[in-house]
Amino acid sequence: MSEMLHAQNVAKSFTLHTQGSVTIPVFEGVEFMLSAGECIALTGESGSGKSTFMRMLYANYTCSQGSIKVFHDGDWLDITTASPHSILEIRKRTLGYVSQFLRVIPRVPTLDIVAEPLVALGTDRKTATDKARDLLTRLRIPERLWQLSPLTFSGGEQQRVNIARGFIADYPIMLLDEPTASLDAQNRATVLALIEEAKSRGAAIAGIFHDHETRDAVCTGSFDVTSFKVGAND
Amino acid sequence: MTQMNEPLLRVDNLTMMYGDRVGCKDVSFELRPGEVLGIVGESGSGKSTLLRSISAQQEPTKGTVEYQTRIDGVRDVYQMSEAQRRLLMRTDWAFVHQNPRDGLRMNVSAGANIGERLMAIGDRHYGNIRSNADSWLGKVEIASERLDDLPSTFSGGMQQRLQIARNLVTSPRLVFMDEPTGGLDVSVQARLLDLLRGLVHDLNLAVIIVTHDLAVARLLSHRLMVMQQGKVIEHGLTDQVLDDPQHPYTQLLVSSILQN
Amino acid sequence: MEQTVKNPADGAPDYNFAYLDEQTKRMIRRALLKAVAIPGYQVPFAGREMPMPYGWGTGGVQVTAAVIGPNDTLKVIDQGADDTTNAVSIRQFFAKTAQVATTEKTAEASIIQTRHRIPEKELREDQVLVYQVPIPEPLRFLEPRETETRKMHALEEYGLMHVKLYEDISRHGHIATTYAYPVMVDDRYVMDPSPTPKFDNPKMNNMAALQLFGAGREKRIYALPPYTKVKSLDFEDHPFEVQTWEDECGMCGARDSYLDEVILDDQGNRMFVCSDTDYCAERQEAGHRGPQHHDQPLGTADRGKAAE
Repeated sequence: MSEMLHAQNVAKSFTLHTQGSVTIPVFEGVEFMLSAGECIALTGESGSGKSTFMRMLYANYTCSQGSIKVFHDGDWLDITTASPHSILEIRKRTLGYVSQFLRVIPRVPTLDIVAEPLVALGTDRKTATDKARDLLTRLRIPERLWQLSPLTFSGGEQQRVNIARGFIADYPIMLLDEPTASLDAQNRATVLALIEEAKSRGAAIAGIFHDHETRDAVCTGSFDVTSFKVGAND
Repeated sequence: MTQMNEPLLRVDNLTMMYGDRVGCKDVSFELRPGEVLGIVGESGSGKSTLLRSISAQQEPTKGTVEYQTRIDGVRDVYQMSEAQRRLLMRTDWAFVHQNPRDGLRMNVSAGANIGERLMAIGDRHYGNIRSNADSWLGKVEIASERLDDLPSTFSGGMQQRLQIARNLVTSPRLVFMDEPTGGLDVSVQARLLDLLRGLVHDLNLAVIIVTHDLAVARLLSHRLMVMQQGKVIEHGLTDQVLDDPQHPYTQLLVSSILQN
Repeated sequence: MEQTVKNPADGAPDYNFAYLDEQTKRMIRRALLKAVAIPGYQVPFAGREMPMPYGWGTGGVQVTAAVIGPNDTLKVIDQGADDTTNAVSIRQFFAKTAQVATTEKTAEASIIQTRHRIPEKELREDQVLVYQVPIPEPLRFLEPRETETRKMHALEEYGLMHVKLYEDISRHGHIATTYAYPVMVDDRYVMDPSPTPKFDNPKMNNMAALQLFGAGREKRIYALPPYTKVKSLDFEDHPFEVQTWEDECGMCGARDSYLDEVILDDQGNRMFVCSDTDYCAERQEAGHRGPQHHDQPLGTADRGKAAE
């Protein structure tokens, strides 16, 4: 299995300037590796920093120390030092992310939002839209909603739109933040199938899953962030 | 691909002083084709001063603004002759004002407003100018039958969209925007944001957008510069700056937003 | 060198020749020379108060005063006519202050001061045409800032002129501007030809006579040297056209001159006559007759008759 992402000696702390400049250390000495075709569950109790770590892997959060290298276009790039241009390129073509929050411009139809990552990659609009239809159908978003903005949807529907958008492009690396959190059994099964398909095409996946069943069903391994909490080994 | 990586605009150590008072100080950055740079900060932080200095409207006290022109290669915009600079400003550049009244001619029709830049570069075929104006009206989602109407009969949102059409008709590569969604209702803002994002993507526009609205900055810009007291205090990937701000002022700014 | 003119007949005080003092005339001539050297460019000059109100041709009068000499023959027309109040008073002004010969005949004049018309008869190299100009700046319609319009002239940024013409076509289906129709001078400066009808624009092009423009209120002078290229602005698909009339001149039958409409009675009867009174009179002397001419046999002058 080829290595796709490698975090070495990563540390993270937050300095809260608005609250008396108190510094809150989160992690230190994190070593993490992700290879093609595997799905690693990030584990740790609530508040242990799973989401924080995932955001660091996406370069959404900065690192205080260490490196996170991503295999992008045949080269290893360190996202902790890469230029914004490079990070945007990496996110566009290599690194996919399904967040828990849907952040879109109001008024834009759901179909366009889902198709957008493919369009950005240069796929023609028709092909991208066709694929968006397939995914929305699989995720049971009624067709009558496709031309509406997802901001008017229920939480579960928004989550599924987010998943469709996250899975439309075949990213070599995917980060999934609680992709099944508010889904019913049928839709959860669909998401699991999507993850399996991604794995089998060789995607390297890291995910946060709130329930054991999901984790057990798709994950090839797990990574406990708690062991890298500052003070964990004291 | 190499051209994509060459900066379209390079700002180096730009400083604007008003006597002893700092307008903006030591600002440096590069902008590539198709890239959207947001400049945020509170009123008086120097963002509008910076925008004026970059967009050749106010010569800075110090520093340079270099632009990759279509024919002459990289030129310092303040070393160009006034004629060249003004030509650049009305062809390859565009400026979208917060108040559409500052960017439109209110006493001539929508069609003439859009056609003006075409006529300024020598287009002398009425029919072509008119059909071009009509097609741009469509691109900014204004009905064709309003082509001969005065902008004063338009709503604020329509005026702003007309201003955008008027600016983009010459296919500029660099667009400056000063609080483009400033005076608009929230629902109208959304439509404009959507439109802008589509145009930026489809036309591969490089944009420098000044806004005090962090939500607008998040949705439109790739990179973000945070200004305070005339200086850039934080500069980086938009979501990184907004979600993991490092500077005390940015943290204050981000934590001051009302969540919805 | 001071020339004074005495008017013993009416006991008027002594005037310097042509009213203005010699220093002022020299200043105006310098402005005129500059204007001639840069065709179509508006030259500021230190305009003087004249013994007539602004709007009555003070700019043209100052230009005429600066170029007129004792041997000149002056003709003054207002909307083509020699006998309107404005024309008569200006003619009298120079007759009195310069004691020059005056005429109503275009061919006999060496200087013609005009408001709103160019004579129909072709002018010669030994003639000077002086225009009275109310608003010299053609760009002001869309750009009120003087600093900006000057810059636009300097940098040849004339797109705005076509915005005005575009507006005309979009509103009226054709270029509806009929007077003060903007022209491009010598492929360089856009110029307001003063409120002459656009019918006269083609006459400005390549004219043998020197054309001088004076704006009194705004204190600007501009000029067209003899044989200067003057092109009316237009669009490729809406080319410049002059007015045409269905009718002929009721008096002289002319079909090639600019016609004024004259309402004859309360029933709406009307006739058209040449705006250029000298041209019309000359044609009538040569035997040309229009349908409303008094010499016409009865029956062919129905409308004219109804007016009597």
